[in-house]
This record gives sequence, C-alpha cells and structure tokens, in this order.
Amino acid sequence: MSTQVQNTNAGHVHKDSIGAKTGMWLFLFTELLLFGGLFIIYAVMRGEYTHGFHAAAEELNVWLGVTNTVVLLTSSLTMVLGVSALQRGRAGLAQLYVISTLFLAGTFLLIKFFEWGAKFSHGVFPGMEHLHNLEHGEGVFFNLYFMMTGLHGIHVIIGMIVMVVVNNRLQSGTITRANQGILEYTALYWHLVDLVWIFLLPLFYLTN
Amino acid sequence: MESTNALQSESWDDEPGGHATHHHDEEELHPVADEKQFKVFVALIILTAITVGASVMYPGRIGQGVAFVVTPLKATLILMYFMHLRYERAVFVVMFLVAIAILATVMGLTFLDYLFR
Repeated sequence: MSTQVQNTNAGHVHKDSIGAKTGMWLFLFTELLLFGGLFIIYAVMRGEYTHGFHAAAEELNVWLGVTNTVVLLTSSLTMVLGVSALQRGRAGLAQLYVISTLFLAGTFLLIKFFEWGAKFSHGVFPGMEHLHNLEHGEGVFFNLYFMMTGLHGIHVIIGMIVMVVVNNRLQSGTITRANQGILEYTALYWHLVDLVWIFLLPLFYLTN
Repeated sequence: MESTNALQSESWDDEPGGHATHHHDEEELHPVADEKQFKVFVALIILTAITVGASVMYPGRIGQGVAFVVTPLKATLILMYFMHLRYERAVFVVMFLVAIAILATVMGLTFLDYLFR
C-alpha cells in the first residue's frame, strides 16, 4: 500500500530506497547462511569432541574476548547514532560518529592481532603440525577458532574500508540527509558483523 | 520524537500530505531517539556482563545455559533497534524470519542426519 504511494513520486530522481534496503537485507541473509554453515560444523564437532573443546577454550583469554565484545557493541552504538544524526540533517556529526566507529573497529582488530599473535608464539597456528598433535579435538577447536574469527575479521576489515568511503562521501557532500541510504546500509552491515561476534563470544571464549 | 517529525527520508520529501495517509509507517521514517539507542546499548552491556559473570562463576552447564538464553536475546535487541527491524515494514521482519527458518531447517536436518546415520 505504502509503496504504491511512494512510486507516484514523479519528476525527481527516483530512488527506490525500499528496493535497495531489501537488496541489502538479502545480502545479509547470505552472510547469515555463510556463518551459519560454520556454526553447524562447530556444533557437530563440539558434540564429537566435548572434552577437547573445553580444554582448548581454557587457553583463550576470556577478557580479551569480552573487551572486544564491548568495543564492537560500542562501535554499533556510534554507527547507529551516526545514521540518526544524518537523518536529522547533521552530516558533520554523522561523520564524527563514522570516524569513531572506524577507530573502534581498528581497536577491535588491534586486540585481535595481539590475541592471535600470542597464540602464534605458542605454536598454535592455522595449519601447523602442533595443531594435529593436540588430542581430543583441541586442534579442531583452534582450526575453527581461526577460521571463524578470521572470517569475521575479514568482515571487519571490509566494513572499515566501506566506512572510509562513507566518511569521504560525507565530507564531499555526496551522502546527505536526502541521500542517506549508503550510510544506512553500511550500518546494517556493521551491525551484522557485531551480531556474528555476539555468538562467537560464548562459542569460543565462554566454553569452559 | 516530536521534534523529529518534520524530518523525512528521501522518498517522502516531496510528497504532500504524506503524514496523513501514512501514520502507520511514520515511525520508521524518522531517526530513532538517541536516548533509546543508549538504553539498548546499556542493556546489551548488562546482558554481556550477565553472560560472562555466569560463565566465570558457574562454569559448565549453568554458565552455558545462561549464554544459550541471553545471546539470542542480545541478537534480538540488535536486530530490533540497531538494525531498525522494529521500525521497518512487516515484510522485512517476515524476510528475516524466513531466512532464520531456512537456517534452522538446514541445521535441524544436519543434526538429524548426524545423529541417526
């Protein structure tokens, strides 16, 4: 009903924001299925190697995982506030929020970097012999850990690249209140990245 | 929210009388109040603290049970408020539920296959 009325908007550059948003959500669903597949593998393997998973999880630093959760949740907040700011016509403020989100995303990656680095220095490394020598499926746990947090990390990096573009376009005035879609869809993507991490926290860090 | 009523998203800018005909959809077209998002954020932090606290104090079944219940709750908060599903047209919620149903079906079938093979 409402979409019909919208489509009667004539004479201006027509932007199908409903269609664009639908497309973005469809993309997010494919992302859910992508991570969902890995969650299935995790669940089956954990059923198989319950003891090994618990033992391996002990070696992860809970507090780094929790800190990163807080960092990502905060970045989701700054992102959503940025969207609202632009919808109120405050592009400068929106830009400030996007830059804050970028900074927090960088913080997340930095913590991840040190966390992975500590694992590497102990010989726990994707594809290393050491992983195969671990018993009771600890190797499986660490392979899944690197696989899933790694895939998530790639998503964080992609999100950061998109945010840099969004920031530049906010600066140049290409993204405005009347044309805020790109910021809104970037935010949707970023919240999905946050959403996935919410599930990774208990699966890997809180499995003791 | 009152002060934001004048602001509309792109599609509605040049539509006369949009408000009168679309009061149902009105909320989704306006920025969500910052205070509300702050409250959602605080709730998410508290829920995280509960999950971690339960895991540290009661490792094992209780801690994992709490995470099993609280984590989807956090996801719901993010979806409804940060991702605006609460303010979107119903079709977006339906789409999301269909996607989740597909995921749940695939997971369910995998486990049935795994358990009974």
